[in-house]
Order: sequence, then structure tokens, then C-alpha cells
Amino acid sequence: MDMKVSDKAIDTIPLILDDQDQRLITRMQLGLPMVAQPYAQLGRELGMSEEDVIQRLQYLLDEGVIKRMGVVVRHHELGYRANAMTVWDMPDDRVTELGRCIGQFEFVTLCYRRPRRLPEWPYNLFTMIHGQDRDEVMANIDMIHRRCGLESVKYEVLFSTRRFKQRGAIYRANSKS
Amino acid sequence: MHRQTEQTMEQARQLGWLEQHLLNDFQHGLPLVSRPFKQVADKLGTTEDVVLETLTALQEQGFISRVGAVFRANSIGASTLAAMAVPEDRLEEVAQRVNGYTQVNHNYQRDHHFNLWFVVTAEHEETLRKVLDDIEQHTGIPVLYLPMLEDYHIDLGFELQFTAGN
Repeated sequence: MDMKVSDKAIDTIPLILDDQDQRLITRMQLGLPMVAQPYAQLGRELGMSEEDVIQRLQYLLDEGVIKRMGVVVRHHELGYRANAMTVWDMPDDRVTELGRCIGQFEFVTLCYRRPRRLPEWPYNLFTMIHGQDRDEVMANIDMIHRRCGLESVKYEVLFSTRRFKQRGAIYRANSKS
Repeated sequence: MHRQTEQTMEQARQLGWLEQHLLNDFQHGLPLVSRPFKQVADKLGTTEDVVLETLTALQEQGFISRVGAVFRANSIGASTLAAMAVPEDRLEEVAQRVNGYTQVNHNYQRDHHFNLWFVVTAEHEETLRKVLDDIEQHTGIPVLYLPMLEDYHIDLGFELQFTAGN
């Protein structure tokens, strides 16, 4: 067997979502209504009972389609002005272990394995690291190096210099997947 | 830095106890019960009405984008990161072309040889590939297609450090 880490996603679990789930997901991307009984109001909008809304959201949470339920803050507006996409050239046989190590720090908001594109792009782990300023971001990267033992791993820090566009992704979940 | 950002940051430094706890303590685990904000209020020793008013105000001030669910990438629809190495004198033109696609929701310049980084989201992977091909054809610049393969991030939210009130 070829044990090399493949270019294919290995954690996409096919999930059966019916039309009602998909309407619920689409609606949830706009956030909960700020009322005492938000799930009841969603239910009225979608033709579902409050119990059904709660039960389906619990299912999506249990299945990992929803990563968390709660307040979604805007870092930049709250004083976290610096962010760096930090990319690492991890050995293929250790990328999962090292990715999990990096993914647990509270100042890391994204930690994905993506394909290398050789020869021009050798990096296979992509992380987004936040800080109040660039010095704090660099200090956070140093901490990751020490705690995860990455002294010999090649990496680059890409600070953003200009924002051309930023808005939330609105998916229309139509496909059965 | 924009003046507006300076203003919101000054406001952020002056957030009160209740605001700070609403921002930090409920980024995950919002209860899936009939009256979730009542439970939040009970934990913070206040009322449901005050919680709802304060969250609405934080949203209006731009500190919160929403209260609700964070979805796992690629669990619904398809998305990818993409990068281009754009000559400096064409950056504005190429960035504007990329911005023109409704499927592009983030687009940043970064200091690197690959200086333009954007995220494309669509219902299907075929649509993604079409957008990337179209950008390549119209600009004559190759696009790196960098889809997510594995997600290692345990998302419990982001712990904010508030400096002592002044």
C-alpha cells in the first residue's frame, strides 16, 4: 500500500442533509434573531417547530458541520489589528500531528492542510495567526515553534498589506452531499 | 489607519464588564434551549432583556458579526484559497478583476512573491474551477489552486485580552 499522504481530502464525511436542513443552514449563516426565543422564530420563518430547529442544530453540532454556537467576534474591530498567514513546509508523515499541535493555540483562527504546488509553492500547512500588532504576532509564532518543536521546519510569514475585499461567505446549500 | 477604526478601537478599550464577558465567555456553547439568552443572563447575574440589548448594541458597533453558528469549511458548498504572483504595476487592475466575481469573498495583498490571495466560495467545485480558469485566461497569470484538505483547528472562539479600563 502506498502510505503517502494524498492530495485528496480525508475528512469529508458525506452527510445526509434534507431540504429542511439546507434551508436551516442557509438561514443560520445570517445569525440568530436577537429575541428571547430565537429558535422558535427561526422555526416560524422556516415552517418548523422550535423543537425541530433545536434538534437539527444539535445534530449538525454533533456531526461537526457546525463547529461552535455562540458569539462571533470581529478581531480587527476589537483591537487585533495584525494577522499573518503563516505557512509551513511540514514533513508529510508529521503534518497531522503538527497541525493539531498548532491548531490548539487560542490566537490561531485557521489551521488547514492544503496541497503543495511544486516547484513554486512548497508549503502544505496554512495557519492564520492574530495579534494586537506585528510584534505580538511574531511572538506568537515563536511560541508555536518552541511548543510544537518546529525549529528545523521551513516557514514563511505573510502579513497582509491591503484588504481589497472582505465579506462573509454566503453558501446556498443546495447540493446533496 | 482609518479614523473610524481608531474610534471603534477606543470604544473597545472602554467596554464594560458585561460586554467583555459576553464577548469572551459565549463564543462557544450557546445553549440549544428555548431561551438561550435567559441562561446567559443567569450566568452573568443580569436579565434576558439586558443581554439581548447589549448583544444588539455590540453588533451595531461592529464588535460582533453575528450570534449563531460557525460552520466547518467545505461542510456545505465548496471553497478554496487561491494565490497569484502579480507584477506590481498590474496589481490594482488584477485585484479589481478578482473582486468583480461574486464568488470571491476575501481578497488581500500580502508581502510575498505571491502577492494576491483570495478565497472563492461556490455551491460546487466545478463553479470554483471555472472562476479560477476565467481569472487565469483574462489576466494571463497562473492561479495557484489551494483547496483545504484537512482542518486541524479546534474552534472554541478567540480569547480577547482587555487592557485595564482607563
